[in-house]
Amino acid sequence: MKIKESFGSRLFDAANILFMLLLMAVMVYPMLYVISASVSSNALVASGAVLLWPKGLTTAAYDQLVGNRDVWISYWNTIRYTAVQVALTLLVTAAMAYPLSKKWLPGRRPILLMAAFTLLFGGGMIPTFLVVQKLGLLDSIWAIVLPSLVSTWYLFIMRTFFEALPEELEDAATIDGCNPLQVLLRVVLPLSMPVMATIGLFTAVNQWNSFFDALIYLNDRSLYPLQIMLRNILIAGETVQGEGDLTHLETLKYAMIVIATLPILCVYPFIQKYFVQGAMIGGVKG
Amino acid sequence: MLTSGRRLLPVLRKHRALYLLMLPGILYYIIFKYVPMYGIIIAFQDYSVGKGILGSKFVGFKHFVEFFYVTPDAWKLIRNTVLLNVYDLLFHFPAPILLAILFHEIRITWFKRLVQSISYMPHFLSTVVIAGILVTFLSPSTGVVNHALERLFGLEPIMFLGEPGWFRTIYVGSEIWQKIGWGTILYLAAISGIDPTLYEAAKMDGASRFQQVRHITLVGMVPVMIVLFVLTLGHFMEIGFQKILLLYNSMNYETSDVINTFVYRRGILDADFSFATAVGLFQSVIGLILVVTANRIVRKHSGTSLW
Repeated sequence: MKIKESFGSRLFDAANILFMLLLMAVMVYPMLYVISASVSSNALVASGAVLLWPKGLTTAAYDQLVGNRDVWISYWNTIRYTAVQVALTLLVTAAMAYPLSKKWLPGRRPILLMAAFTLLFGGGMIPTFLVVQKLGLLDSIWAIVLPSLVSTWYLFIMRTFFEALPEELEDAATIDGCNPLQVLLRVVLPLSMPVMATIGLFTAVNQWNSFFDALIYLNDRSLYPLQIMLRNILIAGETVQGEGDLTHLETLKYAMIVIATLPILCVYPFIQKYFVQGAMIGGVKG
Repeated sequence: MLTSGRRLLPVLRKHRALYLLMLPGILYYIIFKYVPMYGIIIAFQDYSVGKGILGSKFVGFKHFVEFFYVTPDAWKLIRNTVLLNVYDLLFHFPAPILLAILFHEIRITWFKRLVQSISYMPHFLSTVVIAGILVTFLSPSTGVVNHALERLFGLEPIMFLGEPGWFRTIYVGSEIWQKIGWGTILYLAAISGIDPTLYEAAKMDGASRFQQVRHITLVGMVPVMIVLFVLTLGHFMEIGFQKILLLYNSMNYETSDVINTFVYRRGILDADFSFATAVGLFQSVIGLILVVTANRIVRKHSGTSLW
Protein backbone atom coordinates (compact mmCIF):
# COMPACT_ATOMS: atom_id res chain seq x y z
CA MET A 1 0.00 0.00 0.00
CA LYS A 2 1.47 3.31 -1.06
CA ILE A 3 -0.03 6.60 -0.02
CA LYS A 4 1.36 9.63 -1.79
CA GLU A 5 3.43 11.79 0.53
CA SER A 6 1.90 15.14 1.25
CA PHE A 7 3.94 18.27 0.63
CA GLY A 8 3.90 19.13 4.33
CA SER A 9 5.23 15.72 5.24
CA ARG A 10 8.15 16.04 2.84
CA LEU A 11 8.87 19.56 4.04
CA PHE A 12 8.99 18.22 7.58
CA ASP A 13 11.47 15.51 6.55
CA ALA A 14 13.75 18.09 4.97
CA ALA A 15 13.55 20.36 8.01
CA ASN A 16 14.18 17.44 10.33
CA ILE A 17 17.31 16.37 8.47
CA LEU A 18 18.53 19.95 8.44
CA PHE A 19 17.96 20.15 12.17
CA MET A 20 19.85 16.89 12.72
CA LEU A 21 22.82 18.19 10.73
CA LEU A 22 22.81 21.30 12.91
CA LEU A 23 22.56 19.17 16.03
CA MET A 24 25.56 17.08 14.99
CA ALA A 25 27.55 20.24 14.34
CA VAL A 26 26.69 21.60 17.79
CA MET A 27 27.64 18.28 19.43
CA VAL A 28 30.90 17.83 17.53
CA TYR A 29 32.18 21.40 17.33
CA PRO A 30 33.42 21.82 20.93
CA MET A 31 35.30 18.53 20.78
CA LEU A 32 36.76 19.32 17.38
CA TYR A 33 37.84 22.76 18.58
CA VAL A 34 39.53 21.28 21.63
CA ILE A 35 41.53 18.89 19.45
CA SER A 36 42.43 21.62 16.94
CA ALA A 37 43.46 24.07 19.64
CA SER A 38 45.63 21.46 21.33
CA VAL A 39 47.86 21.14 18.25
CA SER A 40 47.90 24.83 17.30
CA SER A 41 50.33 27.53 18.27
CA ASN A 42 49.47 29.15 21.57
CA ALA A 43 49.53 32.73 20.25
CA LEU A 44 47.06 31.92 17.47
CA VAL A 45 44.66 30.17 19.89
CA ALA A 46 44.80 33.00 22.42
CA SER A 47 44.22 35.69 19.80
CA GLY A 48 41.22 33.91 18.33
CA ALA A 49 42.74 33.01 14.96
CA VAL A 50 41.83 29.36 15.49
CA LEU A 51 38.09 28.84 15.05
CA LEU A 52 37.83 25.34 13.66
CA TRP A 53 40.97 23.95 12.02
CA PRO A 54 44.41 23.97 13.66
CA LYS A 55 46.76 26.82 12.76
CA GLY A 56 50.49 26.87 13.23
CA LEU A 57 50.63 23.11 13.74
CA THR A 58 52.79 22.11 16.71
CA THR A 59 52.95 19.38 19.34
CA ALA A 60 54.58 21.68 21.88
CA ALA A 61 51.73 21.35 24.39
CA TYR A 62 51.86 17.56 24.26
CA ASP A 63 55.65 17.54 24.54
CA GLN A 64 55.36 19.57 27.70
CA LEU A 65 52.69 17.29 29.20
CA VAL A 66 54.49 14.08 28.26
CA GLY A 67 57.62 15.37 30.00
CA ASN A 68 55.70 16.17 33.17
CA ARG A 69 55.91 13.67 36.01
CA ASP A 70 52.71 14.79 37.76
CA VAL A 71 50.65 14.06 34.68
CA TRP A 72 51.93 10.50 34.52
CA ILE A 73 51.43 9.92 38.23
CA SER A 74 47.84 11.14 38.07
CA TYR A 75 47.23 9.02 34.99
CA TRP A 76 48.51 5.96 36.77
CA ASN A 77 46.39 6.80 39.82
CA THR A 78 43.23 7.04 37.73
CA ILE A 79 43.96 3.70 36.05
CA ARG A 80 44.66 2.13 39.43
CA TYR A 81 41.49 3.51 41.06
CA THR A 82 39.38 2.50 38.07
CA ALA A 83 40.72 -1.04 37.86
CA VAL A 84 40.35 -1.74 41.59
CA GLN A 85 36.90 -0.18 41.71
CA VAL A 86 35.61 -2.18 38.74
CA ALA A 87 36.93 -5.48 40.10
CA LEU A 88 35.59 -4.94 43.62
CA THR A 89 32.27 -3.47 42.50
CA LEU A 90 31.53 -6.41 40.21
CA LEU A 91 32.58 -8.92 42.86
CA VAL A 92 30.66 -7.45 45.79
CA THR A 93 27.59 -6.51 43.74
CA ALA A 94 27.34 -9.94 42.11
CA ALA A 95 27.85 -11.71 45.44
CA MET A 96 25.03 -9.68 46.96
CA ALA A 97 22.71 -9.80 43.93
CA TYR A 98 22.89 -13.58 43.51
CA PRO A 99 21.29 -14.57 46.85
CA LEU A 100 18.80 -11.72 46.40
CA SER A 101 17.69 -13.30 43.13
CA LYS A 102 16.49 -16.38 45.03
CA LYS A 103 12.83 -15.66 45.69
CA TRP A 104 12.64 -18.37 48.37
CA LEU A 105 15.50 -16.99 50.49
CA PRO A 106 14.23 -15.85 53.93
CA GLY A 107 15.16 -12.26 54.71
CA ARG A 108 15.41 -11.24 51.09
CA ARG A 109 12.75 -8.54 51.30
CA PRO A 110 14.16 -6.55 54.24
CA ILE A 111 17.58 -6.51 52.60
CA LEU A 112 16.12 -5.27 49.31
CA LEU A 113 14.18 -2.58 51.18
CA MET A 114 17.31 -1.59 53.06
CA ALA A 115 19.11 -1.06 49.75
CA ALA A 116 16.15 0.68 48.08
CA PHE A 117 15.69 3.16 50.91
CA THR A 118 19.16 4.61 50.28
CA LEU A 119 17.89 5.79 46.90
CA LEU A 120 15.43 8.09 48.66
CA PHE A 121 17.39 9.32 51.63
CA GLY A 122 20.98 9.43 52.77
CA GLY A 123 23.19 10.79 55.50
CA GLY A 124 24.59 13.46 53.22
CA MET A 125 28.01 14.84 52.46
CA ILE A 126 29.29 15.67 55.94
CA PRO A 127 28.26 12.53 57.90
CA THR A 128 29.68 10.37 55.08
CA PHE A 129 32.90 12.37 55.16
CA LEU A 130 33.15 11.86 58.93
CA VAL A 131 32.72 8.08 58.56
CA VAL A 132 35.50 7.92 55.97
CA GLN A 133 37.66 10.06 58.23
CA LYS A 134 36.92 7.96 61.35
CA LEU A 135 37.84 4.78 59.49
CA GLY A 136 41.21 6.30 58.71
CA LEU A 137 40.70 6.03 54.97
CA LEU A 138 41.61 9.63 54.11
CA ASP A 139 44.53 9.94 51.72
CA SER A 140 44.35 6.37 50.51
CA ILE A 141 42.94 4.53 47.50
CA TRP A 142 40.16 3.15 49.75
CA ALA A 143 38.65 6.59 50.27
CA ILE A 144 38.08 6.66 46.51
CA VAL A 145 36.96 3.06 46.03
CA LEU A 146 34.92 2.09 49.09
CA PRO A 147 32.35 4.89 49.59
CA SER A 148 30.94 4.32 46.08
CA LEU A 149 31.49 0.56 45.97
CA VAL A 150 27.91 -0.69 45.52
CA SER A 151 25.31 1.17 43.52
CA THR A 152 21.73 0.21 44.30
CA TRP A 153 20.78 0.57 40.62
CA TYR A 154 23.45 -1.88 39.52
CA LEU A 155 22.50 -4.24 42.33
CA PHE A 156 18.90 -4.29 41.13
CA ILE A 157 19.91 -4.67 37.48
CA MET A 158 22.08 -7.69 38.31
CA ARG A 159 19.43 -9.24 40.53
CA THR A 160 16.84 -8.94 37.74
CA PHE A 161 19.28 -10.53 35.30
CA PHE A 162 20.10 -13.44 37.64
CA GLU A 163 16.40 -14.04 38.26
CA ALA A 164 15.90 -14.64 34.55
CA LEU A 165 18.57 -17.37 34.36
CA PRO A 166 17.25 -20.96 34.15
CA GLU A 167 17.42 -22.45 37.62
CA GLU A 168 17.91 -26.01 36.34
CA LEU A 169 21.57 -25.30 35.54
CA GLU A 170 22.26 -24.14 39.09
CA ASP A 171 20.37 -27.13 40.50
CA ALA A 172 22.48 -29.48 38.39
CA ALA A 173 25.67 -27.88 39.67
CA THR A 174 24.43 -28.12 43.26
CA ILE A 175 23.67 -31.81 42.82
CA ASP A 176 27.18 -32.24 41.45
CA GLY A 177 28.42 -30.94 44.80
CA CYS A 178 29.06 -27.24 44.14
CA ASN A 179 28.50 -24.80 47.00
CA PRO A 180 26.72 -21.50 46.25
CA LEU A 181 30.00 -19.64 45.75
CA GLN A 182 31.13 -22.19 43.16
CA VAL A 183 27.73 -22.08 41.47
CA LEU A 184 28.03 -18.32 41.25
CA LEU A 185 31.57 -18.39 39.87
CA ARG A 186 31.26 -21.35 37.51
CA VAL A 187 27.67 -21.27 36.33
CA VAL A 188 26.01 -17.93 36.95
CA LEU A 189 28.82 -15.49 36.13
CA PRO A 190 29.82 -17.11 32.81
CA LEU A 191 26.18 -16.82 31.74
CA SER A 192 26.04 -13.18 32.88
CA MET A 193 28.81 -11.67 30.79
CA PRO A 194 26.55 -9.09 29.08
CA VAL A 195 25.31 -7.60 32.32
CA MET A 196 28.75 -7.78 33.92
CA ALA A 197 30.31 -6.00 30.94
CA THR A 198 27.66 -3.30 31.02
CA ILE A 199 27.98 -2.62 34.72
CA GLY A 200 31.77 -2.88 34.58
CA LEU A 201 31.88 -0.27 31.83
CA PHE A 202 29.48 2.06 33.64
CA THR A 203 31.55 1.77 36.80
CA ALA A 204 34.79 2.36 34.91
CA VAL A 205 33.55 5.49 33.14
CA ASN A 206 32.06 6.85 36.37
CA GLN A 207 35.28 6.33 38.27
CA TRP A 208 37.44 7.65 35.43
CA ASN A 209 35.36 10.83 35.30
CA SER A 210 34.76 11.42 39.00
CA PHE A 211 36.50 14.20 40.89
CA PHE A 212 34.46 15.10 43.95
CA ASP A 213 35.48 12.20 46.21
CA ALA A 214 39.12 12.83 45.36
CA LEU A 215 38.62 16.51 46.08
CA ILE A 216 37.34 15.97 49.61
CA TYR A 217 39.18 12.78 50.60
CA LEU A 218 42.69 13.31 49.18
CA ASN A 219 45.21 15.94 50.20
CA ASP A 220 48.36 14.15 49.10
CA ARG A 221 49.36 15.40 45.64
CA SER A 222 50.93 12.07 44.73
CA LEU A 223 47.47 10.42 45.03
CA TYR A 224 45.62 12.91 42.82
CA PRO A 225 43.73 11.34 39.93
CA LEU A 226 43.64 12.83 36.45
CA GLN A 227 40.41 14.76 36.96
CA ILE A 228 41.87 16.69 39.89
CA MET A 229 44.96 17.59 37.83
CA LEU A 230 42.60 18.64 35.07
CA ARG A 231 40.54 20.76 37.44
CA ASN A 232 43.60 22.48 38.85
CA ILE A 233 44.94 23.34 35.41
CA LEU A 234 41.64 24.19 33.69
CA ILE A 235 39.66 25.87 36.39
CA ALA A 236 41.87 26.87 39.27
CA GLY A 237 44.29 28.25 36.66
CA GLU A 238 47.30 26.48 38.12
CA THR A 239 50.20 26.04 35.75
CA VAL A 240 51.54 22.57 35.31
CA GLN A 241 53.79 22.13 38.30
CA GLY A 242 57.41 22.89 37.76
CA GLU A 243 56.77 24.84 34.56
CA GLY A 244 57.73 28.48 34.72
CA ASP A 245 57.21 28.73 30.97
CA LEU A 246 53.76 30.13 30.21
CA THR A 247 54.01 30.22 26.43
CA HIS A 248 51.81 27.16 26.02
CA LEU A 249 49.30 27.97 28.71
CA GLU A 250 46.15 27.97 26.56
CA THR A 251 47.05 25.04 24.34
CA LEU A 252 48.20 23.08 27.38
CA LYS A 253 44.66 23.20 28.73
CA TYR A 254 43.26 21.76 25.53
CA ALA A 255 45.97 19.11 25.29
CA MET A 256 45.20 18.09 28.87
CA ILE A 257 41.50 17.66 28.02
CA VAL A 258 42.42 15.48 25.04
CA ILE A 259 44.80 13.31 27.06
CA ALA A 260 42.24 12.80 29.84
CA THR A 261 39.34 12.02 27.51
CA LEU A 262 41.10 10.06 24.79
CA PRO A 263 40.75 6.61 26.38
CA ILE A 264 37.00 7.03 26.71
CA LEU A 265 36.52 8.41 23.20
CA CYS A 266 38.67 5.62 21.75
CA VAL A 267 36.62 2.82 23.22
CA TYR A 268 33.35 4.70 22.82
CA PRO A 269 32.34 3.28 19.41
CA PHE A 270 32.83 -0.26 20.69
CA ILE A 271 31.10 0.08 24.01
CA GLN A 272 28.19 2.22 22.90
CA LYS A 273 26.05 -0.85 22.32
CA TYR A 274 26.59 -2.09 25.88
CA PHE A 275 25.84 1.31 27.32
CA VAL A 276 22.58 1.64 25.46
CA GLN A 277 21.53 -1.84 26.59
CA GLY A 278 22.52 -1.00 30.14
CA ALA A 279 20.62 2.26 30.19
CA MET A 280 17.53 0.37 29.11
CA ILE A 281 17.61 -2.48 31.62
CA GLY A 282 18.50 -0.03 34.35
CA GLY A 283 16.03 2.65 33.54
CA VAL A 284 12.80 0.98 32.68
CA LYS A 285 12.44 -1.11 35.77
CA GLY A 286 13.57 0.82 38.82
CA MET B 1 8.66 -13.84 68.90
CA LEU B 2 10.47 -16.63 70.69
CA THR B 3 9.30 -19.30 68.29
CA SER B 4 10.32 -17.27 65.24
CA GLY B 5 13.67 -16.66 66.92
CA ARG B 6 14.06 -20.38 67.40
CA ARG B 7 13.21 -20.97 63.75
CA LEU B 8 15.64 -18.30 62.59
CA LEU B 9 18.84 -20.11 63.51
CA PRO B 10 18.30 -23.28 61.49
CA VAL B 11 17.28 -21.14 58.48
CA LEU B 12 20.44 -19.08 58.79
CA ARG B 13 22.53 -22.23 59.09
CA LYS B 14 20.86 -23.96 56.18
CA HIS B 15 21.56 -21.06 53.81
CA ARG B 16 24.70 -19.79 55.49
CA ALA B 17 26.74 -19.82 52.29
CA LEU B 18 24.23 -17.53 50.59
CA TYR B 19 24.11 -15.14 53.57
CA LEU B 20 27.89 -15.15 53.68
CA LEU B 21 27.99 -14.10 50.03
CA MET B 22 25.79 -11.11 50.83
CA LEU B 23 27.86 -10.09 53.83
CA PRO B 24 30.35 -7.73 52.12
CA GLY B 25 27.51 -5.92 50.36
CA ILE B 26 25.44 -5.64 53.52
CA LEU B 27 28.46 -4.34 55.42
CA TYR B 28 28.92 -1.73 52.70
CA TYR B 29 25.35 -0.52 53.12
CA ILE B 30 25.65 -0.41 56.89
CA ILE B 31 29.00 1.37 57.02
CA PHE B 32 28.69 3.83 54.16
CA LYS B 33 24.92 4.39 54.04
CA TYR B 34 23.36 3.70 57.43
CA VAL B 35 26.12 4.84 59.78
CA PRO B 36 26.08 8.27 58.03
CA MET B 37 22.29 8.34 58.55
CA TYR B 38 22.92 7.77 62.25
CA GLY B 39 25.53 10.52 62.01
CA ILE B 40 22.77 12.99 61.15
CA ILE B 41 22.36 13.29 64.93
CA ILE B 42 25.24 15.77 64.88
CA ALA B 43 22.93 18.25 63.16
CA PHE B 44 21.28 18.59 66.58
CA GLN B 45 24.55 18.76 68.52
CA ASP B 46 27.61 20.94 68.91
CA TYR B 47 29.69 18.12 67.53
CA SER B 48 33.41 18.01 68.07
CA VAL B 49 35.58 15.29 66.58
CA GLY B 50 37.35 14.79 69.91
CA LYS B 51 34.19 14.12 71.93
CA GLY B 52 32.40 12.07 69.28
CA ILE B 53 28.65 11.67 68.82
CA LEU B 54 28.05 10.22 72.28
CA GLY B 55 30.00 12.91 74.12
CA SER B 56 28.92 16.02 72.21
CA LYS B 57 26.33 18.40 73.63
CA PHE B 58 22.73 18.23 72.38
CA VAL B 59 21.53 21.65 71.20
CA GLY B 60 18.21 20.89 69.49
CA PHE B 61 17.37 23.06 66.52
CA LYS B 62 20.04 25.69 67.17
CA HIS B 63 21.78 25.20 63.82
CA PHE B 64 18.56 25.29 61.85
CA VAL B 65 17.57 28.52 63.57
CA GLU B 66 21.01 29.90 62.83
CA PHE B 67 20.71 29.01 59.17
CA PHE B 68 17.24 30.49 58.64
CA TYR B 69 17.51 33.56 60.85
CA VAL B 70 21.18 34.46 61.14
CA THR B 71 22.89 33.35 57.92
CA PRO B 72 22.51 36.32 55.57
CA ASP B 73 22.69 34.11 52.47
CA ALA B 74 20.13 31.50 53.49
CA TRP B 75 17.29 32.71 51.28
CA LYS B 76 19.63 33.39 48.39
CA LEU B 77 20.89 29.79 48.62
CA ILE B 78 17.37 28.35 48.72
CA ARG B 79 16.22 30.61 45.89
CA ASN B 80 19.20 29.68 43.70
CA THR B 81 18.77 25.96 44.38
CA VAL B 82 15.06 26.04 43.58
CA LEU B 83 15.38 28.30 40.53
CA LEU B 84 18.25 26.36 38.93
CA ASN B 85 16.24 23.17 39.34
CA VAL B 86 13.01 24.68 38.08
CA TYR B 87 14.77 25.96 34.95
CA ASP B 88 16.43 22.60 34.54
CA LEU B 89 13.05 20.89 34.79
CA LEU B 90 11.39 23.34 32.40
CA PHE B 91 13.99 23.19 29.64
CA HIS B 92 16.12 20.12 30.17
CA PHE B 93 13.34 17.65 30.99
CA PRO B 94 11.23 18.07 27.81
CA ALA B 95 14.25 18.37 25.49
CA PRO B 96 14.99 14.61 25.14
CA ILE B 97 11.28 13.90 24.62
CA LEU B 98 11.16 16.22 21.61
CA LEU B 99 14.45 14.91 20.29
CA ALA B 100 13.32 11.28 20.62
CA ILE B 101 10.26 12.08 18.50
CA LEU B 102 12.42 13.75 15.87
CA PHE B 103 14.84 10.78 15.89
CA HIS B 104 11.90 8.46 15.43
CA GLU B 105 10.70 10.44 12.42
CA ILE B 106 14.05 10.09 10.57
CA ARG B 107 13.48 7.51 7.84
CA ILE B 108 17.04 6.96 6.65
CA THR B 109 18.31 4.29 9.02
CA TRP B 110 22.07 4.87 8.71
CA PHE B 111 21.62 8.61 9.16
CA LYS B 112 19.49 8.02 12.24
CA ARG B 113 22.16 5.77 13.76
CA LEU B 114 24.87 8.32 13.04
CA VAL B 115 23.00 11.21 14.63
CA GLN B 116 22.16 9.11 17.66
CA SER B 117 25.75 7.96 18.19
CA ILE B 118 27.07 11.49 17.95
CA SER B 119 24.44 12.91 20.27
CA TYR B 120 25.24 10.30 22.96
CA MET B 121 28.93 11.22 23.01
CA PRO B 122 28.94 14.28 25.31
CA HIS B 123 27.37 12.13 28.03
CA PHE B 124 30.74 10.42 28.45
CA LEU B 125 32.73 13.59 29.05
CA SER B 126 33.57 14.22 32.68
CA THR B 127 32.08 17.11 34.64
CA VAL B 128 35.56 18.59 34.92
CA VAL B 129 36.02 18.50 31.15
CA ILE B 130 32.61 20.10 30.54
CA ALA B 131 33.29 22.82 33.10
CA GLY B 132 36.82 23.27 31.73
CA ILE B 133 35.52 23.64 28.19
CA LEU B 134 32.97 26.20 29.38
CA VAL B 135 35.55 28.20 31.32
CA THR B 136 38.06 28.28 28.46
CA PHE B 137 35.51 28.81 25.67
CA LEU B 138 33.75 31.62 27.55
CA SER B 139 36.90 33.43 28.67
CA PRO B 140 36.58 37.15 27.83
CA SER B 141 40.21 37.43 26.70
CA THR B 142 41.10 34.14 25.03
CA GLY B 143 37.83 32.22 24.62
CA VAL B 144 36.54 31.20 21.22
CA VAL B 145 32.96 32.32 21.94
CA ASN B 146 33.94 35.94 22.53
CA HIS B 147 36.31 35.85 19.56
CA ALA B 148 33.51 34.60 17.33
CA LEU B 149 31.00 37.16 18.67
CA GLU B 150 33.49 39.93 18.05
CA ARG B 151 34.21 38.83 14.51
CA LEU B 152 30.64 38.16 13.48
CA PHE B 153 28.80 40.95 15.25
CA GLY B 154 31.54 43.26 16.45
CA LEU B 155 30.49 42.73 20.07
CA GLU B 156 32.60 43.72 23.06
CA PRO B 157 33.87 40.71 25.09
CA ILE B 158 31.24 39.44 27.55
CA MET B 159 32.25 38.22 31.00
CA PHE B 160 29.98 35.18 30.82
CA LEU B 161 31.11 33.63 34.09
CA GLY B 162 31.67 36.98 35.77
CA GLU B 163 28.10 38.20 35.45
CA PRO B 164 25.40 36.63 37.63
CA GLY B 165 22.84 37.16 34.86
CA TRP B 166 24.46 34.55 32.63
CA PHE B 167 24.95 31.73 35.08
CA ARG B 168 21.59 29.95 34.87
CA THR B 169 21.63 30.04 31.08
CA ILE B 170 25.14 28.60 30.98
CA TYR B 171 24.29 25.92 33.52
CA VAL B 172 21.05 24.74 31.93
CA GLY B 173 22.37 25.14 28.38
CA SER B 174 25.43 22.99 28.99
CA GLU B 175 23.29 20.47 30.85
CA ILE B 176 21.04 20.10 27.80
CA TRP B 177 24.03 19.91 25.47
CA GLN B 178 25.58 17.10 27.46
CA LYS B 179 22.51 15.02 28.24
CA ILE B 180 19.87 15.54 25.57
CA GLY B 181 21.11 12.70 23.35
CA TRP B 182 21.58 10.14 26.09
CA GLY B 183 18.21 11.12 27.55
CA THR B 184 16.43 9.94 24.40
CA ILE B 185 17.37 6.28 24.92
CA LEU B 186 14.56 5.39 27.30
CA TYR B 187 12.02 7.31 25.25
CA LEU B 188 13.13 5.57 22.06
CA ALA B 189 12.78 2.23 23.83
CA ALA B 190 9.25 3.21 24.78
CA ILE B 191 8.49 4.24 21.20
CA SER B 192 9.82 0.96 19.81
CA GLY B 193 7.43 -0.82 22.16
CA ILE B 194 4.41 0.83 20.53
CA ASP B 195 2.28 -1.57 18.50
CA PRO B 196 2.98 -0.75 14.80
CA THR B 197 -0.58 -1.63 13.82
CA LEU B 198 -1.68 1.52 15.65
CA TYR B 199 0.18 3.60 13.08
CA GLU B 200 -1.26 1.55 10.21
CA ALA B 201 -4.77 2.05 11.52
CA ALA B 202 -4.20 5.77 11.99
CA LYS B 203 -2.91 6.07 8.42
CA MET B 204 -5.97 4.25 7.09
CA ASP B 205 -8.13 6.73 8.96
CA GLY B 206 -6.24 9.54 7.28
CA ALA B 207 -4.29 10.82 10.29
CA SER B 208 -1.50 13.22 9.36
CA ARG B 209 2.02 12.60 10.62
CA PHE B 210 1.60 15.28 13.23
CA GLN B 211 -1.59 13.65 14.45
CA GLN B 212 0.16 10.28 14.60
CA VAL B 213 2.92 11.77 16.75
CA ARG B 214 0.45 13.53 19.00
CA HIS B 215 -1.96 10.63 19.51
CA ILE B 216 0.27 7.56 19.24
CA THR B 217 3.98 8.32 19.78
CA LEU B 218 3.53 10.84 22.56
CA VAL B 219 0.90 8.78 24.35
CA GLY B 220 3.17 5.73 24.21
CA MET B 221 5.92 7.69 25.98
CA VAL B 222 3.79 8.83 28.91
CA PRO B 223 4.67 6.03 31.38
CA VAL B 224 8.42 6.63 30.89
CA MET B 225 7.87 10.38 31.24
CA ILE B 226 6.10 9.87 34.55
CA VAL B 227 8.77 7.58 35.99
CA LEU B 228 11.58 9.89 34.90
CA PHE B 229 9.72 12.92 36.22
CA VAL B 230 9.36 11.40 39.68
CA LEU B 231 13.01 10.29 39.62
CA THR B 232 14.11 13.79 38.63
CA LEU B 233 12.12 15.23 41.51
CA GLY B 234 13.90 12.78 43.80
CA HIS B 235 17.19 14.50 42.98
CA PHE B 236 15.53 17.88 42.81
CA MET B 237 17.53 19.62 45.50
CA GLU B 238 20.95 18.17 44.86
CA ILE B 239 21.14 18.07 41.09
CA GLY B 240 24.28 19.26 39.35
CA PHE B 241 26.09 20.63 42.35
CA GLN B 242 29.45 19.21 41.27
CA LYS B 243 29.29 21.19 38.05
CA ILE B 244 28.29 24.31 39.96
CA LEU B 245 31.24 23.79 42.28
CA LEU B 246 33.52 23.91 39.24
CA LEU B 247 31.83 26.84 37.51
CA TYR B 248 31.02 29.27 40.28
CA ASN B 249 33.21 32.08 41.53
CA SER B 250 32.81 35.05 43.83
CA MET B 251 31.62 37.21 40.93
CA ASN B 252 28.58 35.05 40.13
CA TYR B 253 27.69 33.80 43.66
CA GLU B 254 24.53 35.90 43.50
CA THR B 255 22.92 33.32 41.17
CA SER B 256 25.26 30.32 41.36
CA ASP B 257 25.70 29.57 45.05
CA VAL B 258 23.40 26.69 46.06
CA ILE B 259 22.75 24.80 49.28
CA ASN B 260 25.17 21.99 48.51
CA THR B 261 28.09 24.25 47.58
CA PHE B 262 27.46 26.08 50.85
CA VAL B 263 27.46 22.77 52.75
CA TYR B 264 30.77 21.92 51.08
CA ARG B 265 32.37 25.23 52.06
CA ARG B 266 31.10 25.25 55.65
CA GLY B 267 31.49 21.52 56.28
CA ILE B 268 34.57 20.39 54.38
CA LEU B 269 36.58 23.60 54.07
CA ASP B 270 35.68 25.25 57.43
CA ALA B 271 35.10 21.94 59.33
CA ASP B 272 31.87 23.36 60.80
CA PHE B 273 30.41 19.85 60.83
CA SER B 274 27.21 20.23 62.85
CA PHE B 275 26.00 23.34 61.08
CA ALA B 276 26.76 21.95 57.61
CA THR B 277 25.02 18.67 58.44
CA ALA B 278 21.93 20.57 59.58
CA VAL B 279 21.78 22.52 56.31
CA GLY B 280 22.33 19.31 54.32
CA LEU B 281 19.58 17.57 56.29
CA PHE B 282 17.13 20.37 55.52
CA GLN B 283 17.83 19.78 51.83
CA SER B 284 17.51 15.96 51.98
CA VAL B 285 14.22 16.18 53.85
CA ILE B 286 12.76 18.54 51.25
CA GLY B 287 13.95 16.14 48.55
CA LEU B 288 12.36 13.17 50.30
CA ILE B 289 9.05 15.00 50.76
CA LEU B 290 9.05 16.01 47.09
CA VAL B 291 9.61 12.52 45.72
CA VAL B 292 7.14 10.84 48.07
CA THR B 293 4.45 13.42 47.29
CA ALA B 294 5.07 13.27 43.55
CA ASN B 295 4.92 9.49 43.61
CA ARG B 296 1.65 9.54 45.54
CA ILE B 297 0.02 12.01 43.17
CA VAL B 298 1.21 10.13 40.12
CA ARG B 299 0.04 6.78 41.45
CA LYS B 300 -3.41 8.16 42.18
CA HIS B 301 -3.90 9.71 38.76
CA SER B 302 -2.17 7.37 36.36
CA GLY B 303 -1.48 4.04 38.01
CA THR B 304 2.22 4.32 37.10
CA SER B 305 4.56 4.85 40.01
CA LEU B 306 8.01 4.16 41.35
CA TRP B 307 6.85 1.96 44.19
